[in-house]
Amino acid sequence: MSVHDEVPATSMGRPGGDGRFGEYGGRFVPESLVPACVELADAFESAWSDPAFRARLDGLLGSYAGRPTPVTECLRLSRRLGVRVLLKREDLAHTGSHKINNVLGQALLAERMGKRRLVAETGAGQHGVASATAAALLGLECVVYMGAVDVQRQALNVFRMELLGAEVRTVRSGSRTLKDAVNDALRDWVASVETTHYCLGSVMGPHPYPYMVRQFQRVVGEEAREQCRVLLGGDDPDVVVACVGGGSNAAGTFAGFVDTRAELVGVEAAGGAALGNGLPGVVHGMRSLFLQDEAGQILEAHSISAGLDYPGIGPEHAHLAAIGRARYHAVGDSEVLDAFRLLAETEGIIPALEAAHAVAWLVRAAGSGELTPGTTVLLTMSGRGDKDVQQVKEMLG
Amino acid sequence: MSASAIPPLDRSARGNTDAGETVPGKLEAHLRSRRAQGRKLVVPYVTGGLGEDWLDVVRAVVAAGADAVEIGLPFSDPVMDGPTIQEASQRALEAGATPQGIVAALRSADVDVPIAVMTYYNIVARTGHRRMASELARCGVSAAILPDLPVDEAGPWAEAADEAGVETVMLAAPTTPDDRLEVICRRSRGFVYAVGLLGVTGERRELAASAVAIAARCKRATDLPVLVGVGVSNAVQAREICAVADGVVVGSALVRRLLEGAGPDGAGELVAELRAGVDEG
Ligand SMILES: Cc1ncc(COP(=O)(O)O)c(C=O)c1O
Repeated sequence: MSVHDEVPATSMGRPGGDGRFGEYGGRFVPESLVPACVELADAFESAWSDPAFRARLDGLLGSYAGRPTPVTECLRLSRRLGVRVLLKREDLAHTGSHKINNVLGQALLAERMGKRRLVAETGAGQHGVASATAAALLGLECVVYMGAVDVQRQALNVFRMELLGAEVRTVRSGSRTLKDAVNDALRDWVASVETTHYCLGSVMGPHPYPYMVRQFQRVVGEEAREQCRVLLGGDDPDVVVACVGGGSNAAGTFAGFVDTRAELVGVEAAGGAALGNGLPGVVHGMRSLFLQDEAGQILEAHSISAGLDYPGIGPEHAHLAAIGRARYHAVGDSEVLDAFRLLAETEGIIPALEAAHAVAWLVRAAGSGELTPGTTVLLTMSGRGDKDVQQVKEMLG
Repeated sequence: MSASAIPPLDRSARGNTDAGETVPGKLEAHLRSRRAQGRKLVVPYVTGGLGEDWLDVVRAVVAAGADAVEIGLPFSDPVMDGPTIQEASQRALEAGATPQGIVAALRSADVDVPIAVMTYYNIVARTGHRRMASELARCGVSAAILPDLPVDEAGPWAEAADEAGVETVMLAAPTTPDDRLEVICRRSRGFVYAVGLLGVTGERRELAASAVAIAARCKRATDLPVLVGVGVSNAVQAREICAVADGVVVGSALVRRLLEGAGPDGAGELVAELRAGVDEG
């Protein structure tokens, strides 16, 4: 079946009219941006139900981004862990991560709205690279904001964006990571909103972003569900797991499985565990959970993975946790490094550090018996680790 | 106009009567009565907790002719602010300033014009609507300005604020369509904050054409005082926009001087210049 056939009604549907998933979400932006968010929500709804738009997006996802990405059965890792591991291979998509799915959708939408300039924030650089790629493909201007700390640890991705014709602006305020890059991208957008589309990289921000980005990413989960059914003789996996920064690869994956019996697990970085340690708050346009102090000042996240170094989480994840449909765990940097090496050695796949968080949880849960032997697990390999090889080399000394 | 001609601040006014009809709050009543005297309104912005003498800065700008003062409660992620106020906020936070501490300190400000706080919604949400509103009222703060809380999301806070007698000033932007502008003006208390340009706070060489346009649109939509802020940087620009608007909010130009060490005297000088500029017009 193609991803466009009518999908069964899922509980990950439209948010409420005010952009709420339960009590989370909404649209908390400066007045200057409200009309643009309204325009975007309307443009997305009309595009998403327009067969011509969907056909164009699908065409690009297939012929340009390399979809569908395969599901790989990990025989050696499965033997090692005693559970059956299947990987959804977003690392094989063009530009090396799931970010391309969202960005192609938003770039086409920008073009449809007559906006010829994109601004984007990036942490690991993957969303920046994907945005620069889509901008090059469609002939759009692209400016990417990136924290100074990330510019340093992801130097290769900075050069990649520049090769693709984007301008990378280094952000030196605050913690100099993803949170601050979002701040500066929003500030740019406040000033440029009439000609610019903010190409936000995850299921966060003001309505319609959390909903729209999840819809652009649900192709991951819908493909994986069908692929799993072929591999599992019509059955669904017992557990579906993905890493969570803002939560876009996880949301896209979960959207495909939310109406199956699969248990849904999101894995955060221990130093950025908004679901584990966050409190309700309103930042970056959304009501969600954030690491913050008692006065409401946002705290800095800390993770070896630039893509998970974010003190918040997408509002739909906060909601899925609140209603108990998904659960979220956190893993620490050293477990992640072990998992990074394990996957490379046993399967010949070097994961992005972000995706290695999901692998680290899997290793822990299989080892502790939380996952009983024989459990079938679908894990979204959200990206490849080429960008992280230099950093890991330095850390392993 | 001499200061003695200005009526004293009415401290008894409240946002709501028992009958439920809206009567002007302290800030609105004060600005209206000054406007009625033919006076243009100057409202300087001071980052709370920036330097140990920040309360002296507040007193100095009032002595120099401010009609009200806006106090910034620093937030870690101020998305409507440019580099100047970002730096001031960061410095204040690094010096240990907290929103609660600043509000409490305002009790002893002892100035005869109304005070409004400007902060981001997370500070209010974390504190709790009722608690924040009653704390502001208890410490003599008349109004609150929350630039990331648009009118569609403002309900729960604005109701708690109304109840406590705290006026919620709403912002109107150059991109706001007419029907929305009406809703904003209707929900706004104290005054309407007309955002002068598309962009974040910061000094600009010229007054933006959009400032005149949004001020004129707000004036057509409401009888509330209309003050233009964001991108009003000096006395010339203040006078220019006051041909249309009832007054100005000046932030970055003042805060930059404070960051450069100008202190209360330097702050007072700038406000005196602004005062003279708009009085001359
Ligand atoms: C490979 C990869 N996975 C995951 C993420 C985290 O984003 P999200 O939680 O939105 O999927 C990133 C972000 O940079 C990434 O590059």
